[in-house]
Amino acid sequence: MALSEKDVQYVAKLARLEVTDQEVAKYTQQLANILEYVEQLNKLDTANVEPLTHPLDVKNVFREDKVQPSLTQQEVLSNGPEVQSGHFRVPKIM
Amino acid sequence: MELHQKTIHEVSADLKAKKLSSVELTKAVMDHLEKVEPKVQAFITITRDEAFKQAAEADKRLATGKDITALTGVPVGIKDLLCTKGVRTTCGSRMLENFVPPYNATVVEKLYSVGAVSVGKTNMDEYAMGSSTETSFYKKTKNPWNLNCVPGGSSGGSAACVSADQAFASLGSDTGGSIRQPAALCGIVGLKPTYGRVSRYGLIAFASSLDQIGPFGKDVEDCAIMMQVISGHDSKDSTSADIPVPDYLGEMRKSVKGLKVGIPKEFFPDGLNKEVSEAVKKAIEELKKQGAEIHEVSLPASPYALAVYYVLAPSEASSNLARYDGVRYGLRVPGENIMEMYSKTRAAGFGPEVKRRIMLGTYALSSGYYDAYYLKALKVRRLIKQDYDKAFEKVDVIATPTAPNPAFRFGEKTGDPLTMYLEDIFTVSINITGLPGLSVPCGMSKTELPIGLQLIGKAFDEATLLRTAYAYEQATEWHKQKPSLKEA
Amino acid sequence: MEYEPVIGLEVHCELKTATKLFCGCRTTFGNEANTQVCPLCLGLPGTLPVMNQKAVEYAVKIGLALNCTIAKYSKMDRKNYYYPDLPKAYQISQYDKPLNYGGHLDIVTKEGTKRIGVTRAHLEEDAGKLVHAGGKAGRLDSSDYSLADYNRGGIPLVEIVSEPDLRSADEAYAYLTALKNILLYIDVSDCNMEEGSLRCDANVSIRPKGTEKFGTRTEIKNMNSFKFAKQAIEYEIKRQAALLDKGERVVQESRLWDVTENKTKTMRSKEEAHDYRYFPEPDLVPIILSEEYVQNIRKSLPELPSAKRARFVSQYGLSDYDGGVLTSEQVLADWFETGAKHTKNAKGLANWIMGDMAAKMKEQEKELKDLKFDQKKLCELVDLIEAGTINSKQAKEVFAEMFDLGVSPAEVVKSRGMAQVSDPKAIETAVDKVLAENPSVVADYKGGKQGVIGFLVGKVMQASQGKANPKLVNEILKKKLDA
Ligand SMILES: [Mg+2]
Ligand SMILES: [Zn+2]
Repeated sequence: MALSEKDVQYVAKLARLEVTDQEVAKYTQQLANILEYVEQLNKLDTANVEPLTHPLDVKNVFREDKVQPSLTQQEVLSNGPEVQSGHFRVPKIM
Repeated sequence: MELHQKTIHEVSADLKAKKLSSVELTKAVMDHLEKVEPKVQAFITITRDEAFKQAAEADKRLATGKDITALTGVPVGIKDLLCTKGVRTTCGSRMLENFVPPYNATVVEKLYSVGAVSVGKTNMDEYAMGSSTETSFYKKTKNPWNLNCVPGGSSGGSAACVSADQAFASLGSDTGGSIRQPAALCGIVGLKPTYGRVSRYGLIAFASSLDQIGPFGKDVEDCAIMMQVISGHDSKDSTSADIPVPDYLGEMRKSVKGLKVGIPKEFFPDGLNKEVSEAVKKAIEELKKQGAEIHEVSLPASPYALAVYYVLAPSEASSNLARYDGVRYGLRVPGENIMEMYSKTRAAGFGPEVKRRIMLGTYALSSGYYDAYYLKALKVRRLIKQDYDKAFEKVDVIATPTAPNPAFRFGEKTGDPLTMYLEDIFTVSINITGLPGLSVPCGMSKTELPIGLQLIGKAFDEATLLRTAYAYEQATEWHKQKPSLKEA
Repeated sequence: MEYEPVIGLEVHCELKTATKLFCGCRTTFGNEANTQVCPLCLGLPGTLPVMNQKAVEYAVKIGLALNCTIAKYSKMDRKNYYYPDLPKAYQISQYDKPLNYGGHLDIVTKEGTKRIGVTRAHLEEDAGKLVHAGGKAGRLDSSDYSLADYNRGGIPLVEIVSEPDLRSADEAYAYLTALKNILLYIDVSDCNMEEGSLRCDANVSIRPKGTEKFGTRTEIKNMNSFKFAKQAIEYEIKRQAALLDKGERVVQESRLWDVTENKTKTMRSKEEAHDYRYFPEPDLVPIILSEEYVQNIRKSLPELPSAKRARFVSQYGLSDYDGGVLTSEQVLADWFETGAKHTKNAKGLANWIMGDMAAKMKEQEKELKDLKFDQKKLCELVDLIEAGTINSKQAKEVFAEMFDLGVSPAEVVKSRGMAQVSDPKAIETAVDKVLAENPSVVADYKGGKQGVIGFLVGKVMQASQGKANPKLVNEILKKKLDA
């Protein structure tokens, strides 16, 4: 699976990372190397192997539906880069 | 020996006996910390004032004689990816340069609850991505044994500060080797607990199914003291295991007579560094001398662990790091519209290694590639786990080198990411399987750089790791050596 | 050309838990912005989700009520995308192992009962709320900036996805109504449309009638009113038909219903195709429910609308249609059943509820809880008619007084002296009088114009001030005229 610069551009966009042409070229090279290394996994036959998502076998961890204190509005907004009347402000979406 | 050079178990008796106050001890450590910090550069944030406040509180507690543990009044360092209420937590990234969490990580709460004193937040690879602490946005932490060498990573600051006596112990995190490898490179003891043994609540996530918090100590006993405090179930972490925590200090002192130690041939490849290989083999001989049985075991899928890791960790990271979007906290670079704001913010806030892994992970999860990369890696993950399960039917503990080489020089491996990734070759399989691993000093290179022995245990059997390491340590002198803090 | 619409619905239902899906923050609607927010709600680094037990229970309830299979193994997944109302930049949802799947819901159409497949009903978290401000404030496409409030973020949702089995806007409307009814019956959501606790997306396509292959579909997003959903689907069907008739193509896209212009509009397509990069949520563990757990929830379920309807038909002798109306809301069904205990004429009671009572409630915008009278009083009225004490015309007057003032029908009848005259002798006297006063009409009748009898009945009723039993008046008149 050869990785192209177009792939890297697509991925950068998906990941919301602004990249220069220079970076695209560099990342394409580096990611291709890493992916090539990863390809060795294909040497293993995993046709009948179940994927392992969690290292440990735990299930059904639930909590009670009991109200816990929230932060104050001031605490919520304290790290906000731009806040306005109790909200986080963001630039226009479209 | 000066006060700051002692171990926790050496000073805690004096604290309890009120021969020594926490404020005195904190002053000794803080003065030394600040004196050597220009050389070591282990800290992103030093919390001098808070430390003395905590020390004064600890002294009050010591005066009452109630709720005293070995850590009460003892200065420790905290990796800067553990959230500390009111103290900025940067994760080594420009993205979080001004981030002040409104809450404490569970492990931090636990340390505070026994009266430990925090001297500051330690340097690390950005978002814990790296094996040399060179990707930190803030500084390059030096290896106290040779200031021209890296301390390892990603918990380089946590390892270096303990090695350089800037703190008695510290907390780090380990996603692919980030506690064990810097412990080995800095000549101290580091333990990555079983996944689920220590709560991850408040640990800034890199790869959620691999991350685990653990301690660094000057010796095995100090590690055990730290483990006793930070271990245990936490209802805030759904992946935290609800099983009892043993008495680590008690277990640690038991003999290794009859203990079955497995040696996996896959961890001693032909090209392995001779000094590393010899030191580890000698350590195994020592265990044998003490009555341990040595068995060869095979972990055939383990050579694939690094490839699995470099699919799973970046994939999870790409999602975990998506929240840094400039909306609610952290850096924001303005933009004409939201898309531009996102992309500029993330481009400016993250360094190249973090971006590389985000892109790698995004690619591996993207439409059309999921099965080939992510799913495949999850399947091989099971094969690796099955190998370990089988090996642990035969043995109690597995011994390997921690890192393939002693500490390397700055810049030596930053050119090619893959070369750096190979640093984790012996440590990653433990994260993938969730098993506990410990690194204990087992030798010194000709260039006077420490070498580490890695011990791998069964799930939730940290006690056996501590016991094996303690038995070895008692018979050797490596842990007593102090670094030179010189360039070489 | 004649087209057949193919419609599938995705309904998002907010569960009425006290706390959010993964943290202990309240779920109250309408509080000041960002006051129901904790580090987790804010997506702060280091925070971890812990599943709300009640949300799982409610989701299973929904699954069972919709005849779904409850998964033996279920897990949460991350759906990754960037939007300022989504603090972690991923939504914790379910991808390939939903909690409930393979169910169905029966709806009533003009052609009878129709079974609509329910593909899945999965658990997920809600997003926060954005207020679009500046510029043409309130509109996404022309605002200068937006303001984010995370109070709603993390509230548990169950997303209920139907099969593309619906064939008209009316069927879609019937499905939504039936679904809402069930959700209210099982008491898992307040289904408050104004507060957005029930929202729906519609996938709409059309195909030439008689063909099998699906056409290109559009998705109408985020409608929080069934009326709008119906209008939007109707509009969209016409729009697509017009396109195809012109030889143009339907573009697969998301559209929004514009309430002011009464049309669907394209959501200016996001800059990229969606690539959600789903993967298992590593911070949560699988949900593996025991048979016993599921059985216990099954046992706790109330009688569902379809079963209740069937029972009403058999137990009270109602028509299937009436059964449907009375079970369309649980409160109504309960109101009726409580009433049915107080009269032998349940059908009569049903008629009054669905007739005059419903009309008056609609006219005065009243709900059952606002009524001034109870079932006992309405039954009293029903029984007064049944006993022939009052006639239907009088009954209407009595009902009006009971409705407005809450008075007892028996008392109204008494105080107004309304009791119907059913004494044949008294009626005969009145009849004789009327016959004597209207010889020409009598002659008409005898001449074959039998219809004039109505006029004579009216006269007798008038003479008795409406109190005469009309049935008896009719009988006696006929007897006398035919004699
Ligand atoms: Mg959804
Ligand atoms: Zn919350």
